[in-house]
Amino acid sequence: MSAQPQKQPYRHGDGDQPESADAAQVQGNPQATERAAELDSLLDEIDTVLEANAEEFVKGFVQKGGQ
Amino acid sequence: MDHRVYGVETEFGLTHRPETGRGLPPDELARYLFRPVVEFGRSSNIFIPNGSRLYLDVGSHPEYATAECDDLIDLIASDRAGERVMHDLAVEAEERIHRDGFTGQVYVLKNNVDSAGNSYGSHENYLIPRTTHFRRLSGILLPFLVTRQIISGAGRVVPAEDSREAHFAFSQRADHMWEGISSATTRSRPIINTRDEPHADAANHRRLHVIVGDSNMSTATSLLRYGSTDLVLRMIEAGVPIEDFELENPIAAIRAISHDITGRAGVRTRNGEQVTAVQIQRGIFQRVSRFISEHGAHHEHVDQILELWERALEAVESGDHSLIDQDIDWAIKKRLVEDVSNQRGLGMDHPRLEQIDMAYHDVNPDRGLFHLLVRRGRATDFVTDEQVTRAMTTPPPTRAAIRGEFLSTARVYGAECTVDWVHHKLTDRPLEAIMVKDPFAQHDERIESLLDRLGDRKNHLRERSLHERIQQGVTLALTDKYSLAPGTVVPEPPLI
Repeated sequence: MSAQPQKQPYRHGDGDQPESADAAQVQGNPQATERAAELDSLLDEIDTVLEANAEEFVKGFVQKGGQ
Repeated sequence: MDHRVYGVETEFGLTHRPETGRGLPPDELARYLFRPVVEFGRSSNIFIPNGSRLYLDVGSHPEYATAECDDLIDLIASDRAGERVMHDLAVEAEERIHRDGFTGQVYVLKNNVDSAGNSYGSHENYLIPRTTHFRRLSGILLPFLVTRQIISGAGRVVPAEDSREAHFAFSQRADHMWEGISSATTRSRPIINTRDEPHADAANHRRLHVIVGDSNMSTATSLLRYGSTDLVLRMIEAGVPIEDFELENPIAAIRAISHDITGRAGVRTRNGEQVTAVQIQRGIFQRVSRFISEHGAHHEHVDQILELWERALEAVESGDHSLIDQDIDWAIKKRLVEDVSNQRGLGMDHPRLEQIDMAYHDVNPDRGLFHLLVRRGRATDFVTDEQVTRAMTTPPPTRAAIRGEFLSTARVYGAECTVDWVHHKLTDRPLEAIMVKDPFAQHDERIESLLDRLGDRKNHLRERSLHERIQQGVTLALTDKYSLAPGTVVPEPPLI
């Protein structure tokens, strides 16, 4: 049972290509360049809100059992 | 039931990250967090003016139980109000911690797992008619709940273990379920809990307690999760025959499904058939769609729920997750994790990706990654700030309105009282304790006349504006609705 998707991705407008790291690296495509810049900016913002030492944060997040 | 009462109880994870060294231990941190709660209600387990319950649960988990709601948007707004309460408390706790000479940040995470394998939950409650045949209900509902994770899971970066590599899974909770149905919660963690505390008239109703769900950040995902479950219940209650999907081993199935993000994991039914989660969900979805076209929608969100449900199934089946990567938590999170992994060249086993998983559930609106994605247009959110603010102060139009009014009135008169989901008692008038068994009731004459005994409410009480309340407390939810009108002399309570 492998029904093919009939409809285009919901969030994309007509003729818009699905966004991905690969698509974003296509040279000379203004939309792709813009998306790549947007993604860079998003990841930079995430870097500013996350604690720098990921491993320490993850290991430090320990709860007692619940419910 | 076309008109149902819902509630959800959310346990939050809590951690303190100082600039150096170890954070405060959980008990001490929880005490910091709940100090304003204790100052407001003289206990760390209280009902608050919006009708909800705020408490420290087993294991020092802060927990918020929404008031009983009869509308899904009210329910989702009330749950989000709980997140905002926790955030406000965390901000205050952080300030107190700093004043006491410590450093660092306090995090409240609305997720379901920590890095040591502990799990804490998001428990749904649905009022169902007492006449529902429970064995039939569980036969249909269990396969639905086992597979519901593909449409409403919160997603999880699963670290590598001996037997498998790090990978992305649909669900946070799936690995922590141990039984299909049982009356226990802490020890055996059943998908459906049969503890029968209806908080209503037990002759007419029972409370279905579902503890398998992941805590959702996305309001669209929440709507699909509660809305689809309500639709399946409505169909069961109507006695509609549904294809038999009873599973041979629900617990093995829930895990196998969670860990195969392609959605192709096969699970065995009791009839010995191999089926996928999508096949089970599609079977139920089609039956529900037919039921709705025959019987009509019972509330205004049904079309939205069905559209989202079908789209989610299509996304899993086709592997085109971009169909839902703004609306369904696991797909929103997965897209982010993949972007970070690709752009920064990190393998799935890199702790940064696990950290991103956790930070997605941070309730802090500035720091939490779900909220950040909403601001960036990468996640939808259809519950407005105004709706959440309202849910922090105002009970939904159910029995919660009676409870809220009772509490607010007793508080302004300085009358000690105790309430729970059903009971209302003024400490000075123990013989006049009142039970309100109907969760749909918005008004109760007995309560009104009991409150009238406290004083001339019409002339004594002045309702505070939102602006006044914002300035009043650490969090809007812990502020009083009323103040006494100038010149009011509160009568001494008469001797019993």
